[in-house]
Amino acid sequence: MSQSTLTIKNLHVSIDGKEILKGVNLEIKGGEFHAIMGPNGTGKSTLSSAIMGHPKYEVTEGSITFDGEDVLEMEVDERARAGLFLAMQYPSEITGVTNAEFLRSAVNARREEGDEISLMKFIRKMDANMDVLEMDQDMAQRYLNEGFSGGEKKRNEILQLMTIQPKIAILDEIDSGLDIDALKVVSKGINNMRGEDFGCLMITHYQRLLNYITPDYVHVMMQGKIVKSGGAELAERLEAEGYDWIKQELGIEDETVQ
Amino acid sequence: MTETKWSVDESAIRDFSAANNEPEWLLSLRLDAFNKAADLPLPKPDKTKIDKWNFTEFGAHTVKSAAYTELTQLPQSAQAVIGEETASQNIYIQRNNTPSILNVSDELKEAGVIFTDFSTAAREHSDVFQKFFMQQVVKADEHQLTALHAALVNGGVFLYVPKNVEIKEPIQAVFIHDDAQAALFNHVVVAADANSKVTYVENYISTVKTEQGVANIITEVIAGDNAQVSYGAVDTLAENVTTYVNRRGITSPNARIDWSLGIMNDGNTVSENVTNLIGDGSFADTKMVVVGRGKQSLNFTTKVVHFGKHTEGYILKHGVMKDEAKSIFNGIGKIEHGASKSNAEQESRVLMLSEKARGDANPILLIDEDDVTAGHAASVGRVDPLQLYYLMSRGITKQEAERLVIHGFLAPVVNNLPIENVKKQLTGVIERKVRQ
Repeated sequence: MSQSTLTIKNLHVSIDGKEILKGVNLEIKGGEFHAIMGPNGTGKSTLSSAIMGHPKYEVTEGSITFDGEDVLEMEVDERARAGLFLAMQYPSEITGVTNAEFLRSAVNARREEGDEISLMKFIRKMDANMDVLEMDQDMAQRYLNEGFSGGEKKRNEILQLMTIQPKIAILDEIDSGLDIDALKVVSKGINNMRGEDFGCLMITHYQRLLNYITPDYVHVMMQGKIVKSGGAELAERLEAEGYDWIKQELGIEDETVQ
Repeated sequence: MTETKWSVDESAIRDFSAANNEPEWLLSLRLDAFNKAADLPLPKPDKTKIDKWNFTEFGAHTVKSAAYTELTQLPQSAQAVIGEETASQNIYIQRNNTPSILNVSDELKEAGVIFTDFSTAAREHSDVFQKFFMQQVVKADEHQLTALHAALVNGGVFLYVPKNVEIKEPIQAVFIHDDAQAALFNHVVVAADANSKVTYVENYISTVKTEQGVANIITEVIAGDNAQVSYGAVDTLAENVTTYVNRRGITSPNARIDWSLGIMNDGNTVSENVTNLIGDGSFADTKMVVVGRGKQSLNFTTKVVHFGKHTEGYILKHGVMKDEAKSIFNGIGKIEHGASKSNAEQESRVLMLSEKARGDANPILLIDEDDVTAGHAASVGRVDPLQLYYLMSRGITKQEAERLVIHGFLAPVVNNLPIENVKKQLTGVIERKVRQ
């Protein structure tokens, strides 16, 4: 596998006719860990949903390409099979479909018909990943996300990440609602993915996550744009000083996108 | 009603009855019903208009088909439904209107069990069959379709289990429809005498396309004192076959009837499933799954009527509607005056997969007694687009995502079906119906 590149240029995105993203530029390559930080309601989650193809978000301008291919032309499942992954903030619950059944379908969706992963091999793979995430084995047979606690849902998102092995993953507030022990476990799972073939974009409010997963690049998003980029030290300064200094530096009035 | 066109006349009924050496009582029951049929009204399933449906015009009353002699001659789809437990044991195969294979183990014969085709039952077990056939459970003159059925019945089976006989392996009947001219007027009687126990599974399989077909099917289950009947059915009749199917049971004290019904026909269907809990302490459980597609119109009434004290009735139905399929799910729990300490519970859920699919769930509780418990739950909804988005975001195709959601939706019923063979079959049938 070679390094992948996800390129976002001048991206404008609306929901219900209201523009949320107003020209985002970002490039993520295999091997790189990026973090996007910023106050509530500035469009961070909108960016992740637009990349994955959430049905409610409309791209009105700009482009997203993945290894030169036009992502915006692809269906959601094609984006996923091309190598994109989104760990969702609010994963859906699906009654009657076991976690294992779902995950096996996801793995087999990437394989040719007739070349499906054997049940034993799949179970071994899933079990090993569940061990890393300190998940109870019976989670495999529970219905997908149904009745899962907030922390269990987050672990389950990372279990999918580890099992599917995408090229570029976006983690939308994977740290929210996790206690410190759970955060450590989830971070361990994500760090396990590190390598030249894996790029990652973490969306978070808090610097706390970045103590466990060190980013190469940190971006600050405000009013639907990336307004500042830097290294890991930028996150530390934001944690210490908040966002006001950036607003002052850039002359941004204190208003957020709804 | 004078405009009704009948595809048969009285002399055809006489000829058919004579050709099968039927006893006199059966011929007179047929003729009596036939004479009444024209003046009786159609049944009135709630919220579905059926007066334009074709229940009366079909190619021929009876078609002669070459009988199968070996199970291996059956079409693949029929071989696939035969459970491992029944394969060589106790099975009846009917090809259109022609009885084909009948296997009954020596063990059952020695125990006095009767399992045979309709004509043979009428001929060779006339006295016992007459007691049950359209006497206690379903009457010929209820409406036009029961009368037509009584007049024209041309197939089916009779299963009688004597007192204290417990049959472990399921007994199976497979009705194969492979002649476009054939009309199915099948009658099934399952009579379980006191303290007996039996599982019966039936399949309706069309392997032929037809322009205009009719299936008018009636089942009567009679569960004696403390008897247990588990009744499974998987119906897969073809498009353009108009089906009226009435499966009804009555219970003596402490008897139990479990229904496991998979109604997967591709044509318009009215299904009526009623259990009359007559005896004190008797019990009924109905589990039903349905998948509708194309332009089908479907009406399902599931009803449990409590007459005896301490009776319990449970209804659980889940249906998936695709394309432009329309369905009405009526669930009725009726507790008669005097049926104290009874419990009536029901749950109906419909999932619609497309904009044009329609579903309607009507839970009805009719209670004439104070000292009872009852409950119902019903829902009708569309597939959540966010569920599909979530599944697809893992690389799963839209089609596969829908398949998973549908399986998930039906799983609470399918996974709890008491008959293993029916569970397995339905999983396969649902798969096929959903994929196309």
